[in-house]
Amino acid sequence: MVSPSTPGPLDASQRLSGETPSVPDVVIRLAGNSQDGIQAVGGFLARLAGRSDQEVMTYMTIPSTISGGPSIFQVRMGSGEILSSGDRADVLVAFYQHSYESHRASLRPGGVLLYDTDHVTPNPDDKEITAVGIPMTSATVEAVGGSTKEKGKNIYVLGLLTRMFDLDVPKLTQLIKERFAGKNEDIVRNAMLAFDAGYAYPAENLRYRLDKAAAPAAGARPQVTTDGNTALAYGLIAAGVRHGAAYPITPWSSIMETLRVELPKYGGIFVQCEDEIAAASTALGFAYGGHLSITGSSGPGLSLKMEALGWATMAEMPLIVVNIQRGGPSTGMPTNIEQSDLMQAIYGSHGDCPRVVLAPKNVEDCFYLAIEAGRIAREYSTPVIILSDQAIATRIEAFPEPELAKLMGPTKPDVRPRDASFKPYPLDQATHHAPPGSVMGSGKYPTVTGLEHDELGHPTANPGLHMKMTAKRRDKLKKLASTLPAPELAGDQSGDVLLVGWGCTYGPIREAMGRLRGAGAKVGHMQLRHIHPLAPGLAETFARYKHIIVVEINDEGLYGYGQLTTLLRGCFCNPAIESITKTDGLTYKVSEIVERVAKKLGLADTTVGMRKQSVLSIPARS
Amino acid sequence: MSTVAVPPPAPGAPLTKKALTADHPTWCPGCGDFAVLASFYKVLEKLNYPQEKIVTFAGIGCSSRFPYFVNTHGGHYIHGRSLPFAAGISLGRDDLHVFVFGGDGDGFSIGGNHLVHTARKNPRLTYVIMDNSVYGLTKKQTSPTSPIGFKSKTDPWGAFDQPINPMRTLLNSGATFVARSHATQVNHMVDMMLRAANHDGFSVVEILSECVEFFEGAFDGANPRKGGAWQTIDLKKNDGTPEDALRHDPTDEIAAFKLASESWPGKFGVFYENKTRPTKNALEQKLIANTREKTKNASDLELLSKTFARMR
Repeated sequence: MVSPSTPGPLDASQRLSGETPSVPDVVIRLAGNSQDGIQAVGGFLARLAGRSDQEVMTYMTIPSTISGGPSIFQVRMGSGEILSSGDRADVLVAFYQHSYESHRASLRPGGVLLYDTDHVTPNPDDKEITAVGIPMTSATVEAVGGSTKEKGKNIYVLGLLTRMFDLDVPKLTQLIKERFAGKNEDIVRNAMLAFDAGYAYPAENLRYRLDKAAAPAAGARPQVTTDGNTALAYGLIAAGVRHGAAYPITPWSSIMETLRVELPKYGGIFVQCEDEIAAASTALGFAYGGHLSITGSSGPGLSLKMEALGWATMAEMPLIVVNIQRGGPSTGMPTNIEQSDLMQAIYGSHGDCPRVVLAPKNVEDCFYLAIEAGRIAREYSTPVIILSDQAIATRIEAFPEPELAKLMGPTKPDVRPRDASFKPYPLDQATHHAPPGSVMGSGKYPTVTGLEHDELGHPTANPGLHMKMTAKRRDKLKKLASTLPAPELAGDQSGDVLLVGWGCTYGPIREAMGRLRGAGAKVGHMQLRHIHPLAPGLAETFARYKHIIVVEINDEGLYGYGQLTTLLRGCFCNPAIESITKTDGLTYKVSEIVERVAKKLGLADTTVGMRKQSVLSIPARS
Repeated sequence: MSTVAVPPPAPGAPLTKKALTADHPTWCPGCGDFAVLASFYKVLEKLNYPQEKIVTFAGIGCSSRFPYFVNTHGGHYIHGRSLPFAAGISLGRDDLHVFVFGGDGDGFSIGGNHLVHTARKNPRLTYVIMDNSVYGLTKKQTSPTSPIGFKSKTDPWGAFDQPINPMRTLLNSGATFVARSHATQVNHMVDMMLRAANHDGFSVVEILSECVEFFEGAFDGANPRKGGAWQTIDLKKNDGTPEDALRHDPTDEIAAFKLASESWPGKFGVFYENKTRPTKNALEQKLIANTREKTKNASDLELLSKTFARMR
């Protein structure tokens, strides 16, 4: 089926041994258009890896066009800890000429290009990689029959990759059947026909085996595979959220879609509001009614909610606010990655407006940090912002299934009668509101308010009271800070460099730390999850390193520092705190971090530890 | 007085004005809002809901100080956004009786979008707009209901932007109960607010409430004591008499629009009432019931465990 003008699969003679070579992990990039279903293929591979107890990490771009436009999905799977989706790919599947041209550079030397001969003509002089032409479109049409056109070529490619990497066919078939469950039988049949055709494609020399992960420990939780927004949505449900309100905006929307469908099952309500302000307000109305409530958005939407968040701080109302950051300002790059809402999250709104800001470091953390946000909001009667980002929101990772029975939060409003001593805003203790329905023993019913108030909620412009109440709202977060655990410190506990990050940079920084330590530098890594307030003890930790380098996906600003860096320098007055920033709308590659740190350290080789050849390359396997 | 059904008294002592009185109002002497407050006490006495189940909420403005003066659960939110907040209270807590108070700036200007969408969604709550046709708290700027020619600090030569017609706006947005009253007519206000409270859905009463400080005499046109004409809407009794044919049918939307389009000062009473459109509260509860039936009332833990099992 290979057309004569295109290079065929490798000759058997090119193999250095007759055995199927084994590879520790592999990065596969699928490049096509958004309607080709490549995300589905990526999803299948990711879930298969999860079911096989293999680590998995994905990377995807969503075009902001409604349908069509280039789209990619990158999946890295293998044994051992997979922390990033891989700087460069070992396999590139190119559906179109533009896919090939845009992504050829992402292939490592020695990698394999699988291209659709119906649409792609690769450069014949490119000897750095192995190019394999396969008539993906026509073979799919042939296998499935004419009526479906080229729909299904994604599943054809899945079959191809399954054979290539000796993946678990029964498990994959099961996944395909689950995915199309409830649909027309023809759809399942067609999918299986396409899968089998891809699987049967005779590329005998393209055979690899992924190293088996160590067998899971006895009693280990099964792996689950999902994306960050889904993990966050279900984390909110576990936290006890049954009520919320929002307005659609990319990449936040998938959380509100999930909650709108899921919450009624739990007896809850999620309201799609007329705008962002109404959404924040309705969510606060739910909170006032005694429910743990959420609203969420992405950058510009968070800006619109700011006045309401000022009220939530003043009225001391618990509320979870999710912000899935994207490229800004304004509409900016709605489907790209940026961490430029940190200052907005901490300092947005008006007046002295302390609030809590948390940042999940990966998909699994989205689940657990949502529960943490619920706990803090309730305990401290405060708005809590969860700062996730487009990268974590959309990528798929595998992690151990949570022990839900131990995690489920309370869901019912506390409307017990309050005794006569109840004060809505006591100065000497935490505010815990009496929601409507609570009988007041004093006979005096409380008014929650955005005006400065006394302990009973009466409006006041008394200078002394404003000072005391401002201090109260600040000190409760200082009290929270004192209870926070020290952030995990990986690698060297003192030395040349402490790499500090937040959000989606976790994996690449951790891998970069490993490489730099491999080159002899003494390097540690700390990923901050509690951004505001910060955990205690950071100043002492920072003092043990010559350089504290904060890695962020935002601009260096007018004064040369990223947003978290600015905060940390302001907090600790430590001139050793500096920034690595960027604004290309993409996640960090490990090599970007390694190179820039190596340069700061004056290392001769700034490419330390980089895998220069693909694991699939023939010469590297001698 | 009409014969609006009043729910049976709650167990325990009946609600009294004394129990309902909180802080002393901060309004200027002579402000129309005092009469609205006095009428609201009467309404709550008549309704006699359990005190802890009543919520009085407001946005920002002179009239929005209201909740501080009523001894019920309540709150003072941000400018113009009290309706979506109150919708959250009502939807999340179907057991409560939610009353929202605000002015013309809060309701028709900064909160205009929320008024439209709350009306179309029909949550169960009562909204009283105390319209004084001027921004009073900020000391005399043009409001969305200021008449053309009104001289304010922002239009010293006289306002020239077309004012909002509150009744038409509400009807057009899909509010299911729309009424209009005047702060000099206490019995009428009580009647309108009672009917509104007993309406199953989003009920709105606009009350013309004079600002003696910044727009004196604004509503004299409807005040007989100031030489104006007080004309109430005569509601259809369906008694088959010839005079009944001339009375207003509040379920007739077109007739309501015609009433709303009459020239100033127009009529007072119930313009429109739709008793058939379900509330958002009911629709959401129905969605929950249907969904829970499908999941066979599984517990929260069972539901979430199942979801994670599917991610394996």
